[in-house]
Amino acid sequence: MTTQNVIQAKSLDLTFQTNDGPVHALKGVSLDIAKGDFVSFIGPSGCGKTTFLRCMADLEQPTGGTITVNGTTPEEARKARAYGYVFQAAGLYPWRTIGRNISLPLEIMGYSKSEQAERVARTLELVELSGFEKKFPWQLSGGMQQRASIARALAFDADILLMDEPFGALDEIVRDHLNEQLLQLWARTEKTIAFVTHSIPEAVYLSTKIVVMSPRPGRITDVIESTLPKERPLDIRETPEFLEIAHRVRDGLRAGHAYD
Amino acid sequence: MRSVLPVLTVLAVIVGIWYLAVAPMNVRVALDQAERAGEVIVPEGSVPRREVSVWRLMLSNSDHVGLGYALERPRLPTPAQVGQELWKTTGAMVAKGRPWSKRGLIYHGWITLQSTLWGFALGTLLGIVGAVAIVYSRTAQLSLMPWAIISQTIPIVALAPMIIVLSSQVGIEGRGVPKAIISAYLCFFPVLVGMVKGLRAPETSQLDLLRTYNASGLQSFLCLRLPASVPYLFTSLKVGIAAALVGTIVGELPTGAISGLGARILIGDQFGTPLAIWSALFAAAVLAGALVTLLDLIQRITLKRMGMAT
Repeated sequence: MTTQNVIQAKSLDLTFQTNDGPVHALKGVSLDIAKGDFVSFIGPSGCGKTTFLRCMADLEQPTGGTITVNGTTPEEARKARAYGYVFQAAGLYPWRTIGRNISLPLEIMGYSKSEQAERVARTLELVELSGFEKKFPWQLSGGMQQRASIARALAFDADILLMDEPFGALDEIVRDHLNEQLLQLWARTEKTIAFVTHSIPEAVYLSTKIVVMSPRPGRITDVIESTLPKERPLDIRETPEFLEIAHRVRDGLRAGHAYD
Repeated sequence: MRSVLPVLTVLAVIVGIWYLAVAPMNVRVALDQAERAGEVIVPEGSVPRREVSVWRLMLSNSDHVGLGYALERPRLPTPAQVGQELWKTTGAMVAKGRPWSKRGLIYHGWITLQSTLWGFALGTLLGIVGAVAIVYSRTAQLSLMPWAIISQTIPIVALAPMIIVLSSQVGIEGRGVPKAIISAYLCFFPVLVGMVKGLRAPETSQLDLLRTYNASGLQSFLCLRLPASVPYLFTSLKVGIAAALVGTIVGELPTGAISGLGARILIGDQFGTPLAIWSALFAAAVLAGALVTLLDLIQRITLKRMGMAT
């Protein structure tokens, strides 16, 4: 089986010019993400993990190096609607029902009414929100809103899912539940997922590959291939294998902070 | 229902102060009238009385102070008199089968309402178009915004006659159009400011989301900016329609108009009939209240249907 690289970054640089001088958000970042990978980016604030994700999404322009998405530039990939993006805040439109929020990308992309309805029903089922189609966002809990925003990113069947701390604002119990659901969803849809997080257990539990990053300048300090099986019940987090990977991630994070 | 008592208390206090104020305001006219009717007033003669304070006059002629509450041409009419005059010029006209009589306030109120609505429509349109231009173009922001602000610092009373003169110069007949322009002049500003704020209400992440869909500018305007601005729009519209009414009345004041509530106020002043002024003022207030309430109702229904009821 030849692994095809969906995202390929080579010595990527991004420097923001601010009033306090240049800020090196990314420096010399190289990474390959293969099709079907679940890649987590973990690191302290300011390590550039979100910036890297935004570069993949063409929401940020790198100042050096190259990056390709599906073998094309991020801009072309964006225009081809190659990825779905999930933000930290669910960002559902309060004036649209859950169903119409999910059909928002479909309306913009010009899907027919019947196909919109069919896809909304299908993605709602995928995130276990069937029956909430006619509800307004404020009628749902935070976790359900975030699930709806994932459904919105899935609705147009992009092969890549870019997720920027989607569960960062949710409590631990809801987060566990959503992590489990996300893994099932990933197994069923065979998407390539890039996932930014602050949480070590979350990163280890979800990923096939964990990218540890460190700030000033934002760079990759370690890439860990997970040895965990694809089937992962929640209690896998108590196994020695899991703890070992978590340990290595923690070491990587600590090494990045050595100069502090 | 718990707020009924405080509301009524405030109303009672206002009416009470009004009634109390009527006596000192009307005492001179009342005493002049009583003197002509053969009563003995201290001091004698209306000219010497000008040297005496109203409080002294009320003390030394306490028997005649009550007359001030029943004058035909009072300086300050009582609430009851204003109410009677309002009824005489509206309800009673309808009862007589002549609701559109030019002596009635329904006719004049209608004239004012028409100009107000035209001005409101024009001002709202200008405000929204201006706001869209300002939000989408930095050039428009730099070139439009200062003029919009300057425009509101010029007293409308000074500008109104000029607008009337200029519009008759370009051959516009009648007062309807210039009045609507004056009204729109006051009305567009709150709409412009509110809509700029409303169209800029969406967060960066919401705009980024549409970018990831590769949405066109028009799509992001229709799907995001426009609906997000609706609550702001209604707030502005309520301020705007009140401003439009004030603009219309000001447009009727210094311009020799003979119909409309503003004209009634001016004519009441020139002919010394304060009751006409006061009833026209109250008619204007009732009209403004009704218009704002109507917009408030439309706002509630719209936001409820949009799922944004608060």
